[in-house]
Amino acid sequence: MFAYIVRRLALMLVTLFGISVIIFVLLRVVPGNIVDILFDAAGFVDPADKANLEKELGLSQPIVVQYFNWIGGLFRGDFGYSYVSEKPALQEILPRIPITAKLAGLALLFSASIGIPLGVISAVHQGTKLDYTLRVISLSGLSLPSFWLGLLILMASVSLVGAMPIFNPNPKTWTEAFAIYAVPAMAVGFRSAALTMRITRSSMLEILRQDYIRTARAKGASEASVNYHHALKNAVLPVITVIGIEAAFLIGGLIVTETVFNIPGIARFLVEALRWRDYPIVQNLVMFIAVVVVFTNFVVDLLYAAIDPRIRFGD
Amino acid sequence: MAVINYDSELRRAGAHATQGWRRLAFLAQRYVLGTFGLVIMVLFVWTALSADLISRYDPLTVDSANRLAPPSAAHWLGTDSFGRDVWARIIHGARISLAVGIGSTALGASIGVIVGLISGYLSGWVDLVFQRITDILQSLPLLVLALVMTAALGPSLHNVIIAIAIPLIPTVSRVIRANTLALREQPFVEAAKSIGMSETRIAIRHVLPNTLAPLIVLATAQLGSTILTEASLSFLGLGIPEPYPSWGRMLSESAAEYVRTAPWLVIFPGVAISLAVFGTNLFGDALRDILDPRQRG
Repeated sequence: MFAYIVRRLALMLVTLFGISVIIFVLLRVVPGNIVDILFDAAGFVDPADKANLEKELGLSQPIVVQYFNWIGGLFRGDFGYSYVSEKPALQEILPRIPITAKLAGLALLFSASIGIPLGVISAVHQGTKLDYTLRVISLSGLSLPSFWLGLLILMASVSLVGAMPIFNPNPKTWTEAFAIYAVPAMAVGFRSAALTMRITRSSMLEILRQDYIRTARAKGASEASVNYHHALKNAVLPVITVIGIEAAFLIGGLIVTETVFNIPGIARFLVEALRWRDYPIVQNLVMFIAVVVVFTNFVVDLLYAAIDPRIRFGD
Repeated sequence: MAVINYDSELRRAGAHATQGWRRLAFLAQRYVLGTFGLVIMVLFVWTALSADLISRYDPLTVDSANRLAPPSAAHWLGTDSFGRDVWARIIHGARISLAVGIGSTALGASIGVIVGLISGYLSGWVDLVFQRITDILQSLPLLVLALVMTAALGPSLHNVIIAIAIPLIPTVSRVIRANTLALREQPFVEAAKSIGMSETRIAIRHVLPNTLAPLIVLATAQLGSTILTEASLSFLGLGIPEPYPSWGRMLSESAAEYVRTAPWLVIFPGVAISLAVFGTNLFGDALRDILDPRQRG
C-alpha cells in the first residue's frame, strides 16, 4: 500500500512539472506580450521605453531563466505580480477561490445526489419506458451547452421573478443564498448529473449480470437487498472514479457559468487574465487548477485502492 | 466491420434477410434512437452544404433599420443587434460548426491513432514517454487547455481547430494503445511475423484495421464534444473571430443584455447547438452498441 502511494505521488509530481513547462512555453510561443498590448493601447511606441519596461517586468531574460524564476518563486511563496493591476497575484487569486469552491462543491453534490439514484433506477428497470425516458433525458443533458442552460435560467428568472440574480458575497437570507449559489451550481451540475447517471447505469448493468447476484437471488434475498446491498456497493467503484474525473470537467462548466451569471470566481478570472495576456495570473491559475485536478485524481486513486483490495495488492 | 459477425446475431434476433438494404432496415428499426440521431446529423450536414440556397439574406449584411426585430414573415427567426438575419446566421453557423467539429476530430483522431499505435506497438521507453505526455495533457480540463491554446495562438479558424484537436489526442491514443496492446498478442500477428512481414506492415495492414471499430465510436462521441467546446470558446470570445458566424458567439453577443428584450436571440442558437450535439450523441451511442459494446458508458 505504501509503495502504491509513493509511486502515485511521484507520478503526480512529474505530471505537475510537465504541465508547468507546457503552460509556460504555450504562453510565450507567440510573439507579442503584455508590453505590446500596453503600448498598443497608448498608441505611441518608443523602443527604449518598451525595452525598459520589458526589463523591469523580467521579460527580456531568456525563457529558461524566466521559467526557473517563476518556479523558484512558487516554492518561496512568491507568486509574482499581476501585469494588469500590479497587485501580488496571490492577492488577486485567493479571495476568488472560496466562491468557486462553493459552486463546485454544490455542483458535485447535485450531480451525485441526482445522478446516482437515477442511474440505479434506470439500470434496475432496464428496457422499460422509464429507462428509455431517463436515458434520453440524460443524453439531452449532455448535449446542452451549460452556458445556454445558464442563459435559459436567467430568462426564466426574469420572467418569473422579474430580476436576475446579482452576486452578493454575503447573502442575508436563505432565498438569496439559494439564488446566488444553488442556481448556478445546478446549471453546472446538470451536465455532471447526466454523465454520472450514465456511468452508474452502465456500471450497475455490468454488476447485475454477474453470477453472484444470481446466487443472492437464488438464496432468496429481497430485490432491495440484491440491488443495494450486493450490487450497488460494487457498482459504486467506477462511479467514484468518474466523479473524480468530473472534478476536471466541472472547471470547464464553471468557466462559462461564472461568465453567464457574472460571479467573481477564479474560473471567470482565468478568461479575463487570458484576454489581457496577464501571464503571472494565467500561469498560477492554470497551475492551481492542474494541482486541484491531479490531487483529486490522486485522492480518488487512493479511495479506490482502499475500497478494492485487489488494487492494493495486485497492480 | 470484419470483426463483428452480424449474420448469426441477426438470425438469432429473427431477421428474415441478412443482406443489403434489409439489414440496414432491420438495424434502423432496432436502433430507433440512433437512426433519429443519424437523420439529425444528415440534416445538419445538408444544411451546412446548402447554406447559400436556403438562407434568404446574407448573414453578414448589417441592416441598422431592422435591429432587434422579433420573428416575422420577413425574418423567420428575427434579427440581431446589428440587424443581421438570425436564420441566415444560424444556417451559416452550421457550416462553421461542422468545419470545426469534423476538422478538429479528424486531426485529433489521426494524430491520436499514430501516437497510440506507435506507443502500443513499440513499448519500451517510447511508450513510457508518450504515456507520460498523455497523462500530462489529460490532467488539464479540455476547455482550459483549449482556452490557453487559442489565447496563445491567436483567434482564427485554423487555430481554433488545432486548439480543440490537441486535447483530443490523449483520449484517442489511450484507446488505440489499449487495443494495440491486446491485438499484438493475437496469433495472426505472430503468424505474420513468422513469415517475415516487417513490423510496420503488420501494424498498418493487420493491427490498424482491427482498431477501426472503437476508433469510429470514439470519433463520433468526440464530435459532439468538439462542437460544444467550439461553442464555449466562441461564447467566451476566444474562439471563431468576427466575420464568421458562430452559434456560440451569437449567444455571447446576446448574453444577459437581451435576455429581457430579445429572447429569440438567446433561444435559437442554443437550440441549434443542442440539436446538433444531441444528434451526434444519439448516433454515437447506437454505433457503439453495434460496433463495440465493451466501450459502454
